[in-house]
Amino acid sequence: MKWMALPVIALRDLRRHRLRTFLTALGLIIGISAVIVMVGLGQGARAEVEEQVNRLGQNVVLVFPGSRALGGVSIGGGSANTLTVEDAMAIRDEIPEVVAASPEVRSQTQVIYGRRNWHTRVYGQSPDYLQIRRWPLESGHMFTEEDLANVALVGVVGQTIVEELFEGADPIGETVRIRGVPITVIGVLSRKGMSLMGSVQDDIVILPYTTAFRRISGRSHAMVINVQVYDQHAMTEAQAKITDLLRERHRLGPAQENDFTVQTQQEVLQAATETSRVMTILLASIAAISLFVGGIGIMNVMLVSVSERTREIGLRLSVGARGRDVMAQFLVESVVLCVLGGIGGSLVGIVTTELIAHSAGWPAYFSREAMLAAVSVSASVGIFFGFYPAWKAANLDPIDALRRE
Amino acid sequence: MATVNQDPASGATGRIMIQLDGLRRVYRMESLAVEALRGIDLTLAEGEFAAIMGASGSGKSTLMNILGCLDRPTAGRYLLDGRDVSTFSRDQLARIRNHAIGFVFQDFHLLPRTSALENVELPLLYSSEPLSWKEIHARAREALRVVGLEDRMEHKPAELSGGQQQRVAIARALVTRPRLLLADEPTGNLDSRIGLEIIDMIQRLNREGLTIIMVTHEPDIARAASRIITLRDGHVRLDRSLVPLSVEELAERYREDDIEVDSGQEG
Repeated sequence: MKWMALPVIALRDLRRHRLRTFLTALGLIIGISAVIVMVGLGQGARAEVEEQVNRLGQNVVLVFPGSRALGGVSIGGGSANTLTVEDAMAIRDEIPEVVAASPEVRSQTQVIYGRRNWHTRVYGQSPDYLQIRRWPLESGHMFTEEDLANVALVGVVGQTIVEELFEGADPIGETVRIRGVPITVIGVLSRKGMSLMGSVQDDIVILPYTTAFRRISGRSHAMVINVQVYDQHAMTEAQAKITDLLRERHRLGPAQENDFTVQTQQEVLQAATETSRVMTILLASIAAISLFVGGIGIMNVMLVSVSERTREIGLRLSVGARGRDVMAQFLVESVVLCVLGGIGGSLVGIVTTELIAHSAGWPAYFSREAMLAAVSVSASVGIFFGFYPAWKAANLDPIDALRRE
Repeated sequence: MATVNQDPASGATGRIMIQLDGLRRVYRMESLAVEALRGIDLTLAEGEFAAIMGASGSGKSTLMNILGCLDRPTAGRYLLDGRDVSTFSRDQLARIRNHAIGFVFQDFHLLPRTSALENVELPLLYSSEPLSWKEIHARAREALRVVGLEDRMEHKPAELSGGQQQRVAIARALVTRPRLLLADEPTGNLDSRIGLEIIDMIQRLNREGLTIIMVTHEPDIARAASRIITLRDGHVRLDRSLVPLSVEELAERYREDDIEVDSGQEG
């Protein structure tokens, strides 16, 4: 038998049954495109999360007040008043692995400049904060240790503040009022973009923590301590030492639980990616199920096709087709069907991912491997689900098949 | 034992093409055994045109299936061109069907929604000959030219008349250049005038040297052959060599039948 004859026979037959071909392939088109969309979006979401966590800073350890997990249930940060400025200083000064620490206090409040006002987040931090966050200034300079000691009325502002309050004009040297306190702008932060939680990080005013504690928030405890460790490999070590130090400073007995939580940036990343990973697996399994259902659809159609075309098979046998030729024909037919479905599904998947990613503002990811996998998986589906119908066709008796009405 | 036909009007050469020795075929259905052929001895020369007749149940379909290598005998030998094909495997039989035998069926058996040309190409796709696509197309076109359908190559069966469909089927049977043509009631689904056109074509192919075996239940159609083999109950009942009637003579007989029927009705 002519080798190239098989795909030609298969294509001729699929062409004869255009609607049936399309409907059968549709099951696979949906399955494959679902796989591609889910994997693409999942990868995009994960990459986005990773990027954001990396933007959080380098070798960062976060110390939260209170036990973050109570009986397995995580409670919000800043829910206890157990961390002091002195704790932050002690972490910075007494642990050799730590290069910088910044006690943080946040307030949501109104900032007024001239006749304009803007609701924003006002942070109290130490001068180390920008280094910890790897957040360079665009212009001006950061407040100093001296400003900290003097409770200076100075601050740096994010890009959103520049746009909303100063309408793009240079704010350095200007004075804004926060809860009635005049603050002189001495620096402008570079653009940072969206945060993990979807808030605009550039919508921010950073003050010396002394100023924020005493003049703005009225609090005396840190909501979080941002800590930077000198090297990535020292993270675990630093984490342990911070824990020991704080237990000692807080005079916790051996039976008492920590009244604080120390988390590395890596753990924050893991928590965030775990969610998206579970989501990806879930969606991918749904997609796999739809692919499986698509395969069963193919088998069903091929079985119907075999019994519908019994006379045709009889004819093919009578003009000299061998059993294996008939079998190969039906296998090739289902594989061609599946590959058509795979290619169609890939196209639909790419377009859909692009559309969803565009409207959700996520990056869209397509790996060539995923696409190849989709097409080869569909070809395997074709062989797997096409095998039984093809075997059935190959073993028909030519005389019975010819006579079948 | 049948005689070998030497009628010069046919393409017979006298060389033996088919030899059946004590051919038996038993169908077993659960506890029941049905003997369709009960010992057939038959010899056919190359170039003969034989008609097989017989009532339904006489075994003529079974015989045709075995002659066409679609089925194997339960006992006895079937020598085709000197080779005992009754011992062949399924795949070997498929190969014989492909290159040595052409089939023409009562209901044409064309692939629907497929052009005449592609229908005729079909056997070549299963050929063991190393043919290029160009040769396949060329041979299919040539076969359609032989049956006079060169201007209908791209037509689908639904766009062709019954006679034209049967001619496509004949082209398909001829395209592998077989030496034996098996026609199973080739005129059964056609009106008598179109049927005679098909018979005319079969006679012409026979004159060009093709060996032909035709099953029919119409005695007039059988008269187109140079030999009529009548089966009954799985045996050869009658084996007659006759001067074949031409299509004109057959048409004349049809007209006489019509007159008889007409006068009978009047009386």
